[in-house]
Amino acid sequence: MAAIDQNTVRKDLRDFIIENFMVGSENETLHDNDSFMERGIVDSTGVLELTSFVEEKYAFTIEDDEMLPENLDSIDNLVKFIQKKLN
Amino acid sequence: MPFNKDSLKIDAAKETDRLCEAIVRQTRKFMKKGAVVGISGGIDSSVVVALCARALGPQRVLGIMMPESESSSESESLARKLGDKFGFETMKEVLTDALSGAGCYQKRNEAIKSVFPEFDDSWSCKITIPSNILEKETFNFFTLTIAKGGESKSKRMPPAAYLQVVAASNYKQRIRMTTLYYHAEKRNWLVAGTGNKDEHEQGFFVKYGDGGADIKPIAHLFKIQVYQIAEYLGIPQEIIKRTPTTDTYSAEVTQEEFFYGLDFYRMDMLWHALELNVPVDEAARVLGLTPEQVGRAYSNIKRKIDATEYLRMHPLMADE
Repeated sequence: MAAIDQNTVRKDLRDFIIENFMVGSENETLHDNDSFMERGIVDSTGVLELTSFVEEKYAFTIEDDEMLPENLDSIDNLVKFIQKKLN
Repeated sequence: MPFNKDSLKIDAAKETDRLCEAIVRQTRKFMKKGAVVGISGGIDSSVVVALCARALGPQRVLGIMMPESESSSESESLARKLGDKFGFETMKEVLTDALSGAGCYQKRNEAIKSVFPEFDDSWSCKITIPSNILEKETFNFFTLTIAKGGESKSKRMPPAAYLQVVAASNYKQRIRMTTLYYHAEKRNWLVAGTGNKDEHEQGFFVKYGDGGADIKPIAHLFKIQVYQIAEYLGIPQEIIKRTPTTDTYSAEVTQEEFFYGLDFYRMDMLWHALELNVPVDEAARVLGLTPEQVGRAYSNIKRKIDATEYLRMHPLMADE
């Protein structure tokens, strides 16, 4: 990832997910490859919040046909997607 | 019985008798004397009011039409036709002023204007979800469409706008619930809800809105089973043939477009297959789909059920 450090992106995404979708989650772990859908962390409203966050933070538009689990449904997937969009 | 195309066929006569017995039993259990039903001219409310009239006697049933400024004009005439056919009293309560007073339209339009600044009363609006759930594993996100004349514009909704549009629109269902309970309590009758299984279990209802009722006679029936009961009861064909809509937004939006993303036959059959743990290959063979399509549908249905569990829960006490 040329312009953005991958570790920083992971931390920013993790912080956002935990702060916004995992209330009172001090004793929970979130692995980078955990599916948000399978863990019940993000619902249809949450997806809109997540995409808004990513679009604003990384200054690109997520098209409707990119609203896919392979792009958005885990920290790992998000990092890969952000890297692809920025490169 | 192995899963097949007729797996959701029911004995409509037998089920009708069973539902009528339940309505009587539950009315007695609550020590009420009749039933009030919100009728929209749609298939579900038509079946529920007809069942109540059959079970309790039409003199103990009141069907209330509750239009507002954005309601379909067809709804009232169909609802009155139903009252004429089954002999129960009908009444109309126009809710426009109540909704305006609560700020329903103003709050909703404010949110829409944050997405489309040009929006005003000359435009109609609707919200839809992706319709290709069999073809792509996709998140259920919401798109706002405004239309005027031959022009329409669509945009994925930012979360704040989406939440405000839904919260404001939900005034409609909640004020309808309030109206139903006024009339029910005035008579010492109960409120019969009109949600079917698709709505109840996938969360296509408003908590304490159309979800607020004393009994829910058809909440266990798949939509395609509601149609079977409707045919048996002799619900007018214009109602049976009518496409189910939300009748919530100023632009007509079907229930498929707004929430389900799939036609009712395939939705119900796929969901029933999921309930029976039918392997994807077998469900695919029966329904003429690919295993991948069945897998996507299973996943979509499960997500909706899980995400809307809170709608079906009673208020939690401290120890829960």
